[in-house]
Amino acid sequence: MSEINRKDLLPNILPNPDDFLIVSGLAGASKDTAGLTNDGPNLFTMAGAMGSTVAMGLGVALAAPKHSVLAVAGDGELMMGIGSLATVASMMPANYTIICIDNGMHAETGGQLGHTSRRTSLGVMADGAGIPSVLEIDSPKQFMEAASFITDAPGPRFLWARVTTDPPTAYKRDFNLAVRRQIFRTQFLEDK
Amino acid sequence: MRAPERKVWSKLVFDKLVDAGVSLFSYVPDFGNTDIIKMADEHNETQTVLLTSEEEGIAICAGTDLVGQRSVVCMQSSGVGNCPNYLSLVKGGRFPMLMIVTMRGDYGEENHWQYPMGQAVAPILEAMGVLVIQVDREDELEHATEAAISAAYTGGQGVALVLSQKFLGAKAF
Repeated sequence: MSEINRKDLLPNILPNPDDFLIVSGLAGASKDTAGLTNDGPNLFTMAGAMGSTVAMGLGVALAAPKHSVLAVAGDGELMMGIGSLATVASMMPANYTIICIDNGMHAETGGQLGHTSRRTSLGVMADGAGIPSVLEIDSPKQFMEAASFITDAPGPRFLWARVTTDPPTAYKRDFNLAVRRQIFRTQFLEDK
Repeated sequence: MRAPERKVWSKLVFDKLVDAGVSLFSYVPDFGNTDIIKMADEHNETQTVLLTSEEEGIAICAGTDLVGQRSVVCMQSSGVGNCPNYLSLVKGGRFPMLMIVTMRGDYGEENHWQYPMGQAVAPILEAMGVLVIQVDREDELEHATEAAISAAYTGGQGVALVLSQKFLGAKAF
């Protein structure tokens, strides 16, 4: 059983969130990530198009190879687009990290158990897809290790963070994706 | 009518895309996009991404746009059926997006399996707000390609350049 409350996860493993371009998947993953960055301009959160987070992050990583890019996704989101792990591995973007916040259930729709609560190992799937660096954590004692994994392990990286069923960060983010696209893009192109 | 030579029309489309600043070509392999992808592999300023499933290409287009780059996604018509939910990004986020769809299941098709999805391509794309620009004849290709590029990158639309089997020629069984 995991000992990680997801509210503690991202603040501990990402002490410098402004260093990353971030795409986050629908529901809890985006609440946690928006809470971390205060829904900042370096973050594009999803509230639909389930399964697309890893592929969208890959697009960012390939098109901005000098930047560190993160995808943050729940286990349901990740499973829906699981083939994207192979697509990522084939491209080998060294600047790309995928973080899966795995609570083992579809919390947004009522807590129905997911595949990772049954027999599925996301770590084995990421490894099998060919992702060179894979780390599984289930204890706050591993936060330091996870933080350096994200910055130092050879990319692309897959961090499989198994968390308790406690709720995600309470954060109300902006759902207007057309506006968020503009904000992200404008900020990126200004900084460049 | 003889089908136009694939290498020749592929070069026309590829050159126009590169001139428009497209730097990334994602694809699920199809007979029809073979030469475009080969050219993108060999060109110094373009890269290709082999997809597991076509909808990933839609998300990749959106991701590249977030950082000011242009990408296209190439697929056979059957792959359009995998894309609708991811196209929410394009319609909802007004991401410019260009798909190059090589048709099966239309003019002259002999495979029963290809018809259901082939006939659903335009309705699905239109339902998700993607503009369909279809090419049936060789002399339409150049302007259609230019129109698709303008619609996507100047007009900010989701657009599909659909190359029909009337243009491509039907696969023989």
